[in-house]
Amino acid sequence: MGLVLTISGLSFGQNCSYIFLGELKDFHDGTAIESATIYVKQQDTYLVSDLDGKFKIENLCSDTLTLTISHIGCETKTLSYLINNDMSKTIYLEHHLEELSEVVLNSSLKTEDTSIEKSIHKSVIENFSDKSLGDALNTISGVSSLNTGNTIVKPMIHGLHSSRLLIINNNVRQFDQDWGDEHAPNIDINSSNRIEVIKGANTLRYGSDAIGGLILIKPKKYMITDSLFGNSIVSLNSNGRGGLINTEIVKTYKSGFYSKLQASYKQFGDFKAPDYYLTNSGLSNLNASLNFGFNSFEKGFDAYYSVVHNDLAILTSSHIGNVNDLVTAINSKVPRIAEDFSYDIDYPKQDILHHLAKIEAYNRFKGLGKLTLQYDLQINRRKEFDLRRGDLADTPVIDLRLFTNTFQPNLRIDYFNNLKIDTGIVLRYQQNDAISGTGVRALIPDYEKYDGGIYAIGNYKTSHLAEISAGVRYDYTNINTDGRNDSADWQESYNNISANVSYLQPLKHETSLLFSYGLASRVPNPSELFSDGLHHGAARIEIGALELNKEIAHKFIVSLERHNEQFGFSVSPYYNYINDYIQLIPVGITTTVRGAFPIWEYNQVNAQIFGVDIDVNKKISKRFDYKGSISLLKGDNKTDDIALIHMPSTNFFNSISYKNEDLNQLTIRLNHKTVLQQKRYPDYNFYTYNATLQEDVYVDISSTPSSYALFSLNSSIEFKAFNKGKLQLEFNIENLFNTSYRDYLNRLRYYADELGRNFNLKIKINY
Amino acid sequence: MKNFKSINTIKLLAILFVSSIMFVSCSSDDDDHDDHDHEEELITTVTYKLTNGTDIVTIEFKDIDGDGSALPTYSISGPLTANTTYTGAIELLNETEDPAEDITEEVEEEGDEHEFFITSSISDIVITKTDVDEDGNPIGIESSLVTGDASTGTLTIILKHEPTKPNDGTSAGAGGSTDVEVTFDIEVQ
Repeated sequence: MGLVLTISGLSFGQNCSYIFLGELKDFHDGTAIESATIYVKQQDTYLVSDLDGKFKIENLCSDTLTLTISHIGCETKTLSYLINNDMSKTIYLEHHLEELSEVVLNSSLKTEDTSIEKSIHKSVIENFSDKSLGDALNTISGVSSLNTGNTIVKPMIHGLHSSRLLIINNNVRQFDQDWGDEHAPNIDINSSNRIEVIKGANTLRYGSDAIGGLILIKPKKYMITDSLFGNSIVSLNSNGRGGLINTEIVKTYKSGFYSKLQASYKQFGDFKAPDYYLTNSGLSNLNASLNFGFNSFEKGFDAYYSVVHNDLAILTSSHIGNVNDLVTAINSKVPRIAEDFSYDIDYPKQDILHHLAKIEAYNRFKGLGKLTLQYDLQINRRKEFDLRRGDLADTPVIDLRLFTNTFQPNLRIDYFNNLKIDTGIVLRYQQNDAISGTGVRALIPDYEKYDGGIYAIGNYKTSHLAEISAGVRYDYTNINTDGRNDSADWQESYNNISANVSYLQPLKHETSLLFSYGLASRVPNPSELFSDGLHHGAARIEIGALELNKEIAHKFIVSLERHNEQFGFSVSPYYNYINDYIQLIPVGITTTVRGAFPIWEYNQVNAQIFGVDIDVNKKISKRFDYKGSISLLKGDNKTDDIALIHMPSTNFFNSISYKNEDLNQLTIRLNHKTVLQQKRYPDYNFYTYNATLQEDVYVDISSTPSSYALFSLNSSIEFKAFNKGKLQLEFNIENLFNTSYRDYLNRLRYYADELGRNFNLKIKINY
Repeated sequence: MKNFKSINTIKLLAILFVSSIMFVSCSSDDDDHDDHDHEEELITTVTYKLTNGTDIVTIEFKDIDGDGSALPTYSISGPLTANTTYTGAIELLNETEDPAEDITEEVEEEGDEHEFFITSSISDIVITKTDVDEDGNPIGIESSLVTGDASTGTLTIILKHEPTKPNDGTSAGAGGSTDVEVTFDIEVQ
């Protein structure tokens, strides 16, 4: 797209001492464009814009000045000016926004301008390098987590988790048997550069079932230059007496080729609550990722492979045999087994191996747009070990292998000035294999799933910088199974329609108003369909329902935001109405050889979840910053007029940080977090007969733990270690006052307290 | 690599896609559509056989479908005789296997990790465990049961996995996780 601009004026005769000052800015966000090449026709010279996007041409005569400006990711632009005086011009370049965000590191860009999202950057991710994805996301308002102990952490957006969230890892939708409450995503956060949480049900490109929202895990894109660099982190912790080593090395070439290798190893022994060790709570984790590709404006490719191996111990005390064991655990203030510290990972435990491979290629067609083809495959092998008798002691009780592969071409039409259209299809085949030899009936049977989807999303910018985006998507899903040992073959097809409309209106004083509506539909997951059996740890029998319908959600979000370092905020109220919300509820009692068990069945109700997330940041003085947030949420089962189970309670977060750039970037930050007691919960308590006591006892599984407040301290300092290198030291204390507490959203809250104080030392080297 | 062409990439993608489909088809070799697992660990049957010469009383719990919907059955062959000393033996079976698997043997082998607790609501019934594990602690597969005067009440058999051993003799004090907990109505006459 060429553009010729002529500014006419009066000529005052020949004078060759004029100066032209130019400033290059990005059309979309006004950021300076550095390293652009400027060809001055009259002088036949080349210039390069500086860091601030500025350039200067001297000794100009009164004549027409013609500039040809080229920059990676921009169409070459030719401009003419009539020079009759010194002149200063700001020149906007039409950047392909997406390319800019990919090639140039710019942290302020969002995935979609119109989406309501929050993100965490590399520096925050590094703070959580030896924790999990869910822990890192927990710092975002409106995001909480459903935990099983302290190592299995499932992210939750606005009270929804598991199959209701889409996790997009490196542009690949993660499939790692996320249907289970105790199945955390198998993702090494150290391989990512940036994690975004999209709270609305938009971004249809990734799927139609983002009822709760989306989590995008993004790798870093590199400058096109000859370079070799890397970084390493060593992290040591007092609690769990373990830590992490992570290293990554990146090689980039001027030609556009790049490659990256990353590996991390994590090992922890038994963690400690303030008053006792959490016997069998350690973990061992080995990850590696390899990435190479070629990047240019017109075409490129990217190949990515990652492997994650998690070996997660599960608190021994949480292994119970029947309801009376559960009652004993609930009534006892300390775990049944609290031994001395050990690095052993004994049974029960989870052993999960996840492979993810992707290849993506794109080509840009003049006058049309960009075509991207992506193929990815994932293999997830999940083994869960329990305490078993005899020869079966070392045999897993659950052994499932999930294979998923997807082909997805996407065409982005960006030919029009103000309109961008994304359209594409998704073809996916998934196969679950219940590996034989476990000696128990498989929790989830062998099944095959076929998905086909087609979508179109348009984004239109009005002349007043307002933006509107709208999309529609259709999905067809077919699931078939050869049935259980004793039941017939089964198959079902689902047709899903999803849509979204979002609108962004910039207002005065750097504020903007966003509105988003999303319609999402979700097909029941394997656990909701097929579950049939005793769930250890929960002491209940869970029964799926093959006749479940899809869930349909309508989510509305409004957000008023101001992005400013001095004083910024965002206020985002939301309302989510879910038709046929699938939930698990107690329906009766059955007797087994282990005694009486409650039966929980999946059923469908109409539900609503609404609330508000508020974030504030304020610069108090040159060196002091304040950040705060609060999340309020209410979840209702409209059908039965009671509260929904496992909804996050009101929580708020405050932090004050001090930063001194003159003193080796010294940073000290004090954080506070309060989680109030959840007073709204469904009462599923019941009585059971205790044969030893010869009486009925009350089983209080519903009551929620009390409110708690936690404080933590972070500090860091940087040193110039060698030529190009940088050494950063971090010292952190979590749970500063060694507070004993339990959390409603931890499935092991009946058995033990959460973690006590932890001292952490991190050494980061960039080279 | 300068003459890198996007068409090559598309070809590469196509090859990958096709090869992966082949991979999927091949991998169905170790698909196990037919050899479904049955419940090898399941205890379907708990029998407590009380013997005093020719006076034999068999107490039996049976639940063939495990956690399934069919209700278990409780049976007792007859009343216990008052003021009698019985020799008791517990047998655990998995009758979903053919022939039925004797789980009592596994419990005996791992005696140090298991213990039975047999209690009755009838206060003058005295039950004593007569067998011991490798550490000299009781297991409870074998026991003696001494009845008192005529009465009616219940008898409960509990099997704990990984209890504290030695313990105070009660299932609550022993901790561990419960593998068996069955209660029968009994009569002493």
